Amino acid sequence: MPQFEPIIGRYLNVEVAGETCRIYVEEAGEGIPLLCLHTAGSDARQFRHLLCDEELTRDFRVIAFDLPWHGKSNPPVGFQAREYELSTELYLQTVRAFIAAYELEQPVVMGCSMGGRIVLHLALHAPDEYRAVIALEGADRLEPYYGLDWLNRPDVHGGEVAAAFVSAQVAPQSPDEYRYETLWHYKQGGPGIFKGDLFFYWHDGHFDDRSPQIDTSRCPVYLLSGEYDSSCTPERTEATAARIRGSKATIMEGMGHFPMSENPALFKQYLQPVLAEILGHD
Amino acid sequence: MIDAVLEELTARVNANAALVRRGRWVNLTFLFGIDDTDYLVRIAEGRVVDVKRRVLATDSGVFCIRARSEVWREHWQPVPRRDYHDIWSMLPRDLAQVDGDLLPLIQNLQYFKDVIASPRGSVN
Repeated sequence: MPQFEPIIGRYLNVEVAGETCRIYVEEAGEGIPLLCLHTAGSDARQFRHLLCDEELTRDFRVIAFDLPWHGKSNPPVGFQAREYELSTELYLQTVRAFIAAYELEQPVVMGCSMGGRIVLHLALHAPDEYRAVIALEGADRLEPYYGLDWLNRPDVHGGEVAAAFVSAQVAPQSPDEYRYETLWHYKQGGPGIFKGDLFFYWHDGHFDDRSPQIDTSRCPVYLLSGEYDSSCTPERTEATAARIRGSKATIMEGMGHFPMSENPALFKQYLQPVLAEILGHD
Repeated sequence: MIDAVLEELTARVNANAALVRRGRWVNLTFLFGIDDTDYLVRIAEGRVVDVKRRVLATDSGVFCIRARSEVWREHWQPVPRRDYHDIWSMLPRDLAQVDGDLLPLIQNLQYFKDVIASPRGSVN
């Protein structure tokens, strides 16, 4: 018998903002839905270790999909005439449309980086629809520190430069095997996609003015950020936590910006207590 | 300390076939700044072929990367502290500065980051 991993991958057509998006999704496990949202410029392969973790998938149905334009999800028909740019509104609509189309009830939504930001928007927008949100490397406000135009121009290889930028965000302690796998995802992104995602992450997604309105009694909020994250720094994570009353923040020592893919074993130590607490709520 | 580190950098880069291969299209001189001293680092087909202290103002490089010596010292520790572990983490904290024509730097960013990090573990 072939020794398959437990992950099942399928395609789903979802209507988002009036367009049909062919979305690739992977899942494994049974129980509480745990929807995972990948980082800017990458795809759902980042969550493969969670999907293959039998201890986790005993209690959670882990689901991870590639956003449109990412991984194995198509860009919408007519994409060739557009420049991709992710807005807060489009990102919210995409995640909500996916949850509805996949018929998920009260999922836990866990996103990383820009995914960590959008889960905070979800918690504010419709707190009763989610069992909890987990923001990995997610803050309510960030500051850009390099020009996005470098990411999509003909004289710079988009994949190589994206990987070279984000390699700074992997902790030096993370195993080489997973460091380079994490960077490989960046090298494979479509042209201009990381740049379009960072528009949301750095310019359109700020909401430190509204994050204090999140009601954690209706939707618990957990923040987990890596010590070596240079964008969602420990300081920015703690500032976000201070603004969201009742949220729980943990700084993951020896971790960078990609916990689930750069150091899965270490990440599990930090994620388990959060998931145990969520299970305890039920 | 500086001369020894730059010698180590040269030796380690040139002994690293994979790094030299990744830099095989790089042919230029860049300025590497430590405190108030600039060094001219000349690269030919990915190999470091010359490192010398800048004496004349007219001796220059395509781009420069500068930081204080204590910052480089931390950058070269076996496991650097956060913010010191990568040039692209040093920039947002203003621990390092880049200037000049950044295009060849960005085109070969991982190569240059690896060249500069190559003395890691050799500094007390």
